[in-house]
Amino acid sequence: MKNVKVLGSGCKKCQQTADAIQKYADDNNIDIEVEKVTDMAEIMRYGVMSTPGVVVDEVTVHAGGVPNDEQIKAILA
Amino acid sequence: MFEFFTWLADVLTYDIMGIERATKLADAIHFFIEDTSKIFFLLTLIIFLMGLFRSILSPEKIRGYIEGKPKGVSYFLAVGLGAVTPFCSCSSVPLFIGFVEAGIPVGATMAFLIASPMINEVAVVVLGTVIGWEMTAIYVVTGLLVGMFGGWATDFFKMERYVEDYVWKIRTGQIVTPSYDTTWKGRIIFAWGEVKEIVGRIWKYVFIGIAIGAALHGYVPTSFFAEYASADNLFAVPLAVLSGIPLYSNATGVIPVAEALLGKGVPIGTVIVLMMSVVAISIPEFVILRKVIRIQGLVYFASFLALAFIFVGYMFNALVS
Repeated sequence: MKNVKVLGSGCKKCQQTADAIQKYADDNNIDIEVEKVTDMAEIMRYGVMSTPGVVVDEVTVHAGGVPNDEQIKAILA
Repeated sequence: MFEFFTWLADVLTYDIMGIERATKLADAIHFFIEDTSKIFFLLTLIIFLMGLFRSILSPEKIRGYIEGKPKGVSYFLAVGLGAVTPFCSCSSVPLFIGFVEAGIPVGATMAFLIASPMINEVAVVVLGTVIGWEMTAIYVVTGLLVGMFGGWATDFFKMERYVEDYVWKIRTGQIVTPSYDTTWKGRIIFAWGEVKEIVGRIWKYVFIGIAIGAALHGYVPTSFFAEYASADNLFAVPLAVLSGIPLYSNATGVIPVAEALLGKGVPIGTVIVLMMSVVAISIPEFVILRKVIRIQGLVYFASFLALAFIFVGYMFNALVS
């Protein structure tokens, strides 16, 4: 199972990102757990300045916006 | 090319609604229709075009440009880049931490945060179209100068002592540069998403601004402003700045109000500082910044800006009259 962290201060885009990833995983039978990280110090530790960011198994894979389906596919690959 | 919107307002107000010309109601409705159609058209167009080319600049790249530059240069770069970088105020905190952590002076960081909401491509194009390019140039130059002054004052008065302690302890990982889908299809999807997101966020401010502008335009007589807001009244400028502090609007939303005030003969300096005060000194932005700066620091910072605006207002009213 992949651990997915969505980094963001709780704005609307972060929620959209979490929902989009969960939906993609459900549709494609990928086993993930989605977690939200709102603590700024922790977000910065992952090197993300433009939120929302996405971390998969402790590796930062995306930053700066809601990922589209293509990007999510790459993220979860 | 923008006569179309005047024509549209003519037709809707006088022909379709059948309101008699040159009445107060007709003036207000005409203003409302013309500005609503023109401003929302421009908003959509500009945000879409900028969205297509977004990957040119990002806060991450800016951080790289400013990092390690001498202080004087850093203020200049920060306001200049702040003006051309689209960024959402929800990113203020990570941006602040990211800049400070890279060793960029707190002053340059604040300069960026002042300039970014005040001057942006959308506000510049709408301002130029609605009230003329000369006024727009003055607005832009003033905004840049005030941003640089704010940055300089922040460092001069050692405001970094009001930055929350935890900020200094944060150690960031390798900064990740956002990756964008750069195919045309990806750009168009992204740009359209930006239009929906930004217009969805700011339309209320724009509507309220147009409604206030229309009411001023139609119902408040020019003599009222001549009496209370002329350049001879020394209280007009500070009052404009102070009244802008609790009010908040997006830069685009305040433009119709400025348009109506200028039309009523209110001096340019007074109008410009009212706009800037409304946009730059805002409670929502300060609530966000409170996460990284203590309350005293924010009070000082708001005071610097207010004083700078008052100075600028008097200067323009003295120069242009």
